[in-house]
Amino acid sequence: MQAMLQYAGYLILLLVLAYPLGKYIDNVMRGRWVWLSPVIRPVERFLYRLTGVNEREEMTWKKYLGCALLFNFCGFALLFALLMLQGRLPLNPMELSGLEWPLAFNTAVSFVTNTNWQAYSGELQLSYISQMFGLTVQNFVSAGTGMAVLYALIRGFVRTYDDTIGNFWTDLTKSVGYVLVPLAVVVTLLIGSQGVVQNFEDYTTYNLSETVVTEYGTAISKGVVPGGPAASQIAIKQLGTNGGGFFGTNSAHPLENPTPFSNLVEMLSILLIPAALCFSFGNAVGSRRQGVTIFAAMFALLVLGMGIIGFSEQAGTAQLAQNGAVLLEAGDMQPGGNMEGKETRFGIASSAAWAEFTTAASNGSVNSMHDSYTPIGGLITMLNMQLGEVVFGGVGCGLYGMLCFAILTVFIAGLMVGRTPEFMGKKIEPYEMKMAVLACLATPVAILAGSGIASMLPEVAESMNNHGAHGLSELLYAYSSCGGNNGSAFAGFGADTVFLNVSLGIVMLLARFLPIVAVVAIAGSLAGKKKLAVTEGTLPTDNVMFAGLLIAIVLLVGALSFFPALSLGPIAEFLQ
Amino acid sequence: MEGKKTILRQSVGMLLAFTILLGGVYTLAMTGLTQMLFPRQANGSLIYAGDGSRICGSEYLAQPFEAKNHLWGRVMNVSGDALRDKDGSPLLYGGPSNLSPAGEDFGKMMAENVAKIRAAHPEMKDAPIPVDLVTSSGSGLDPEISLAAAEYQVPRLARETGRSQAEVREIIGKCTSGRLLGIFGEPRVNVLKVNLMLDEQLSK
Repeated sequence: MQAMLQYAGYLILLLVLAYPLGKYIDNVMRGRWVWLSPVIRPVERFLYRLTGVNEREEMTWKKYLGCALLFNFCGFALLFALLMLQGRLPLNPMELSGLEWPLAFNTAVSFVTNTNWQAYSGELQLSYISQMFGLTVQNFVSAGTGMAVLYALIRGFVRTYDDTIGNFWTDLTKSVGYVLVPLAVVVTLLIGSQGVVQNFEDYTTYNLSETVVTEYGTAISKGVVPGGPAASQIAIKQLGTNGGGFFGTNSAHPLENPTPFSNLVEMLSILLIPAALCFSFGNAVGSRRQGVTIFAAMFALLVLGMGIIGFSEQAGTAQLAQNGAVLLEAGDMQPGGNMEGKETRFGIASSAAWAEFTTAASNGSVNSMHDSYTPIGGLITMLNMQLGEVVFGGVGCGLYGMLCFAILTVFIAGLMVGRTPEFMGKKIEPYEMKMAVLACLATPVAILAGSGIASMLPEVAESMNNHGAHGLSELLYAYSSCGGNNGSAFAGFGADTVFLNVSLGIVMLLARFLPIVAVVAIAGSLAGKKKLAVTEGTLPTDNVMFAGLLIAIVLLVGALSFFPALSLGPIAEFLQ
Repeated sequence: MEGKKTILRQSVGMLLAFTILLGGVYTLAMTGLTQMLFPRQANGSLIYAGDGSRICGSEYLAQPFEAKNHLWGRVMNVSGDALRDKDGSPLLYGGPSNLSPAGEDFGKMMAENVAKIRAAHPEMKDAPIPVDLVTSSGSGLDPEISLAAAEYQVPRLARETGRSQAEVREIIGKCTSGRLLGIFGEPRVNVLKVNLMLDEQLSK
C-alpha cells in the first residue's frame, strides 16, 4: 500500500509539473516574450553579436543539419582534447593523469551524444576542469541540440510551401538559456540544501573508528570524503537526460543523492522536460489533443514497466530468501525485497521507480545497481532502451523518435484500410517513410550488430562480472544502453578496454546522429508540402485508438528485434 | 565555400561561449550560492566529534563497523586501492557487488553473511534477518540501515556496551529519519551517528 502511494505520488507530481512547463517551452521556442526574458534576453543578444549569428535568418534543412553536426563535432574535439590533457591543466587536486585515447574517445562521444555512458569512474579519474568545462557543458548543449531538432521537425508539420525550418543557433541558445539553465539553477539549490557537495576543495581525509583489513591484507585506517562541483553538474545531468554521474556510482552515491528529498527532485528532473515536450508539441501544432495522445501512449508504457519492475524487485529471489532465514517482506520497519545494490533510504519503491524513469527516458543515471536487479526487473530496464528510447526518451530526441514511430503507424494503418497515409495534415510519402524507418531502426540495428560482434570475441568475456546468462545480459545491456543513448550500465561489466570503448563509441554515434539526419530531412520535406484538409477519409491521430496502435507498433518493432537476444540473457536466467 | 566557413566560425564561437558561460560562470555561481546558503552540506556534511575539532567522517558516507560494541551497517565491499592520500596511505572506499541476485555466487555470499550475523546475535535465535543487513548497497557507501536491521542488533549492543536495551533504543531513535512527507523514501537509522553516541564521542 505504502509503495503504491509512492509510485502514484511520483507520477502525479510529474504530471502537475510537466503540463505548465510544456506551455512555457513552446512560448520560448517560438520566440515569444516570457517572464524570464528581461534577465536572459540581453545575454542572448550579446551571444549572437559575439558569434556573428543573425537571429532572423531562416535555414534550409541542409544548412540546419550542417550547423547541428558541425557544432557537435567541435564539441567532441574540445572534450576529447580536455580529457587527454587534463593531467597538465589546473584544477586537478588529486593529480589525476590524462585519459588514454580509447577511453577519451568513448567518453567524449558519450557526452556529445547525450548518452553519458561511463567507462571511467568520476571521482577517481577526472579532474574538476574536465568535469565542469567538459562534461557539464556537453550536458547542456547535447540536450539543447535534441530540443532544437525536435522543433525543426515541429516546424515541418506546421509550415506549408516553405523551404526553411528555423535557425539552429537560436533554437539551441533558447533551449539552453531559457529552459535548461533556469531549471538547473533551481535543482542545484534544492539538492545542494540536502548535502550534495559543491566545492573546489581537496578531498577531506579522516581517521576511521575501526581499522579494516581488505581481502588482500591491506590495512586501512583512513577514510575520505570526496569533493568537487557536483551539485551543479548533477542538476543538469538529470534535467538534460544525460545521466553521467559526478561520482562512479552515480545517484546511488550518498554525496550525489543523500536524502529522499534530493531523490524526489532528481527523479522528477529525469522525466520533466521529455514529458513537458509532449504538451509543447500539442501547443505548437495547434492541437492539444494530439500532444495528450502521444503523452498518453508514453505514459501507459511507463506505468506498465514501473509496475513490473516494482513487483519483481519486491518479490526478490530464492538466493535472497535463504530458505526463510532472511526477511523479505515489506513493513513499517524495513523495505524488504531485493535490497542487493539498493540504498536503504530509497528502498524498493524509490529504486524501482527510478530504474523505470531512467531507462524510459534516455537518462541513464541510476540510484541502485541494475546489474543486481532480479532477472525480470533487469529485463524491463533493458527493453525500455531497446524500444528506441521513445517512452518519453531523451530531451527532444525521445519525442522526435516517437513521432517517427507515429509516421510508421499511420503508414501501416493506412495500408490496412487502403488510405493514403497522412499525419498532422501532411501527406506521408516514400521519402518520409524511408527516413522514418532509418530513424526507428538505427537503434536496434546498432545494438544487435554491436553486441553480435562483441559476443563472438573471447576477450570480451573477461569483462563480465557474472557467469552464464547474466554475463550475456551484461554485454547486451552495454550495447543496448549505448544504442539507446541511455548510458546506464550493468556496472559489473568492465567496459574500459580498447575494443569496447571504440565499438560502443561507434554504436552511440550511429544511434544519435542517423536519426538526427533523418528527422531534419523529414522536417525539410514536410515543410515544403501543402496542408491537406481533414476529410471523412482521414485517419484521426488524436484519440485512444491511435494511442493504442502507436503502443502496438513500438512494442512490435522492439519485441521482434530483441526477443531472441533477450531469451538468451534475462529470460534464460529467470527460467534457471 | 564561404557558407561553410561561416558555419565553422559560428560553431567554434558558440562552443567557446557556452564553455565559458556554462562551464565557468554557471559552475562558479552555483558554488558561490551553495557555499553561502548551505556551507555544511556543500562541503560533505562532515561530523565533528570530541571537542569539536576532530573530523570523524561524513554523515552521508558509510564506515566499516565490525566490533561487537558497534552497530553494523550494510555489507561493505572495501577497497583500499582506489584512492590514496598525499603520503601514499590507502583511503577507504566502498563499491557495489554488481552480482546477480539470481546467481550461484550471490547465493553463497548470502549464506556466509547470514551465518556471520546469526553467530553474533545468539539472542535472536531463528528470527529472520532483515534483508538490508546481509546485502551490499548500490553505492557501497550507504550510511544507513533499516529500523528492523537496527532493532535486530539491540540485544547484542546492550550486552556489549553495558547499557539497557531501552538506552540503546533511545540512541537509535535519536539517529532515525522518517519518510519525506510520510510518503517518499524509507525510514532509516544513521549507523555512524549511533556508534559515535555509543562511544560517547557525540552528544545525544
